[in-house]
Amino acid sequence: MFENLQNKFQKAIQILKGHNAITETNIAYSMKEIGKALIDADVNYKIAKDFIKRVKEKSIGKKVIGSLNPKQVIIKIVYDELVELMEKGSTEINLSKNPSVILVCGLQGSGKTSFSSKLAFFLSKKNKKPLLVAADIHRPAAVDQLELIGKKSNIPVFSIKKSKDVLFIIDQSFIYALENKKDVIIIDTAGRLSIDNIMMEEIVKINQHSNPSEVLFVVDSMTGQDAINTAKSFSSKLNLDGIVITKLDGDSRGGVAITMSSVVGKPIKFISNGEKIEDLEVFYPDRIANRILGMGDIVSLVEKVQEQFDEKTTKKIYHKISKNRFNFNDFLEQIQHIKKIGNLKNIISMIPGINKYINVNNNIDQKYSFQKMEAIIQSMTPYERENPKVLSNIRRKKRISEGSGITLNYVNIFFKQFYEISKMIKKINTNSEQDMVKNFIYNMMNKKNNT
Amino acid sequence: MFLKKESEKNITFDNELKKTRESFFSKIKNFFLKKSKIEENIIDYIENILLSADIGVKTTLKIISNLEKRVKKEKYKDSKELFFFLKEEIKSLLKIKKEKECLEKKIKNHKKKPYVIMMVGVNGSGKTTTIGKLAFLLKKKGLDLVIGASDTFRAAAIDQIEILAREAKVSLIKQHMYSDPASVAYDTLQSAKSKKKDVVLIDTAGRLQNRIDLMKELSKISRVMKKIIPESPHEIILVLDASTGQNAFEQVRKFSSFVKISSIILTKIEGTAKGGVIIGIIDQFKIPIQYLGIGEKMKDLKKFNEKKFIDSLF
Ligand SMILES: Nc1nc2c(ncn2[C@@H]2O[C@H](COP(=O)(O)OP(=O)(O)O)[C@@H](O)[C@H]2O)c(=O)[nH]1
Ligand SMILES: Nc1nc2c(ncn2[C@@H]2O[C@H](COP(=O)(O)OP(=O)(O)O)[C@@H](O)[C@H]2O)c(=O)[nH]1
Ligand SMILES: [Mg+2]
Ligand SMILES: [Mg+2]
Repeated sequence: MFENLQNKFQKAIQILKGHNAITETNIAYSMKEIGKALIDADVNYKIAKDFIKRVKEKSIGKKVIGSLNPKQVIIKIVYDELVELMEKGSTEINLSKNPSVILVCGLQGSGKTSFSSKLAFFLSKKNKKPLLVAADIHRPAAVDQLELIGKKSNIPVFSIKKSKDVLFIIDQSFIYALENKKDVIIIDTAGRLSIDNIMMEEIVKINQHSNPSEVLFVVDSMTGQDAINTAKSFSSKLNLDGIVITKLDGDSRGGVAITMSSVVGKPIKFISNGEKIEDLEVFYPDRIANRILGMGDIVSLVEKVQEQFDEKTTKKIYHKISKNRFNFNDFLEQIQHIKKIGNLKNIISMIPGINKYINVNNNIDQKYSFQKMEAIIQSMTPYERENPKVLSNIRRKKRISEGSGITLNYVNIFFKQFYEISKMIKKINTNSEQDMVKNFIYNMMNKKNNT
Repeated sequence: MFLKKESEKNITFDNELKKTRESFFSKIKNFFLKKSKIEENIIDYIENILLSADIGVKTTLKIISNLEKRVKKEKYKDSKELFFFLKEEIKSLLKIKKEKECLEKKIKNHKKKPYVIMMVGVNGSGKTTTIGKLAFLLKKKGLDLVIGASDTFRAAAIDQIEILAREAKVSLIKQHMYSDPASVAYDTLQSAKSKKKDVVLIDTAGRLQNRIDLMKELSKISRVMKKIIPESPHEIILVLDASTGQNAFEQVRKFSSFVKISSIILTKIEGTAKGGVIIGIIDQFKIPIQYLGIGEKMKDLKKFNEKKFIDSLF
């Protein structure tokens, strides 16, 4: 299903090719498709709707810079928005009190008990002395479960099996913590549905009674549209400090992270990604954004390109090409830029239409041809680099060939193409400065590759 | 909003766009607006209901497209009738061969005892609780049951099923934690066969469907059972949490590729979650829903009723 959607999304956004600025018209269809993709990733429908509206506003008029195309720019904008939405403050948990109380709540089966134990384990590795409190008096064998996990991982668990009075259990656990010098108390509570008034009352009472420094809400990453209702009612009854997303070792897209962040307005602090005690990670918004969108490679490329291809450089080079003053120094600089961007295969496939010319899988060849070009240029004198014309001299060419270890034949072809393409490029009526620079470099590569 | 046509000024250059413009959504909307006086945002409204219930984009598109076809053929008087049509369309997606469907009937018609049922699903969906409930229900109908505690992995899973079995007054076959689940299932079937039990219920550990090793374990349990009763398990029930979103499709798809899922039980439906994702699942995989879990108590298991389920969506 996901692959399918991704293809659809790719197709949808393909139509944006060849536009240098994003307009309302070229964005409409894509926005709709992105909206659908978000819903299929389980982002709440209404939240997805608002989200798209915002992205649309931010996208329109945005200039498409560097070697990018609008498709990539929009994906990046969507990604940035997703990340921003989930950045709701520090993921640190407040442990300033001694002892600090952490209250863990959520729906049935969401992973509260597992998370509580994982957190205790995590904190004990940071030289804290946690105490787990078995405050789920409802689910059969819930206390045994926590006790077993505690025993296995060497974490103390406080429980009173005979008692059905949660507040009493919590009081007693506090006394126990003081006597045994525990500095973090983690209360594992029963699962509850937000419509269950009696159970919601229970958690409100536990909250008032235990005065926690942190109230953490645990949510299953496979949760769908209903997350909005749950989030609303839990956060209206309790002052939530953070969210925990579980079972991210599965293959859900985790759109619930967006729903929760939007509604609760508090950071996601941890993710749980497995059944083992150490399967707990601090939350990073970018990872979930990538997961929801499923286009991490494009996003990171856009980031790198935006860093590298700043407009100033492009303008300078454009100017030089059009004035016939584009020289080997400029060319070398460009090659090095491209190399810095990273994986060659990705860069090449990113250039719109480039796959028509170059076999993108031919990575080694590409790298090799870059290396050869560099070697040739590096064997030139500074004067030669700035004045390509003087290189018609055969003695110079021979010297360069010897110096670089590249055959004279290849050196000849390289020079010929450099002139040809710089002449040709000037004549082509490109839409933008970027295109001109881009075309130049990729034509060079293309030609080289064919020889 | 996502499914609707864009305003005129957005229509442009590209074939792709043209296709959208002519999508059934725009057509249906125009149709509604021309032929009757329904509120302008009726499609928004329907879209809202369907998507918010986890029905998903694909199935929502299908439902609305079917509705459009129907509306073209039959005139409707008012929006009330339109909603009646809409419900009928959803109902038609939920239709699968009726007689084969009911679990209790299947058990009754099964001559060679015991009838073996295995419960599978992702972590925390409600398998163990549902085993308890089902045992309680079938016991009340006069059947003699045995439960096999084949979740040997989760901490205290055996204690949990033990409590439930006791409450339902049903016997339990168990080993210790981390023992081979297939071996527990084997023991259970052997015992059931010699004691001439009517029904066997096998609990299994929760597993996320992308864990191939764990999925293979499930096939193994199923295979080992055949050594005692070749046709077993007669029923493999996938337990699905009603709050699950579109990932439920992956669950059904991947579980089905390792064992034959014969029916689904949807749990935790008494909350606000609609469980609409199962509409697309039933339509696509033709797997029937047997029961709904409507709480944490033994009695909280209800036969699935299409009409009530659909009504609860609106
Ligand atoms: N694969 C996986 N399973 C998890 C994760 N967190 C919890 N579980 C499992 O989900 C089920 C329910 O977890 P539990 O902690 O008992 O949930 P609770 O009812 O909210 O306390 C158990 O089978 C856990 O092993 C996770 O991050 N990944
Ligand atoms: N509200 C509600 N909770 C349920 C239902 N079915 C199961 N649960 C709860 O969901 C949690 C996980 O159930 P369990 O049977 O242990 O899940 P398993 O990991 O799939 O075996 C427990 O807290 C159950 O009490 C249901 O129909 N409604
Ligand atoms: Mg628990
Ligand atoms: Mg279980």
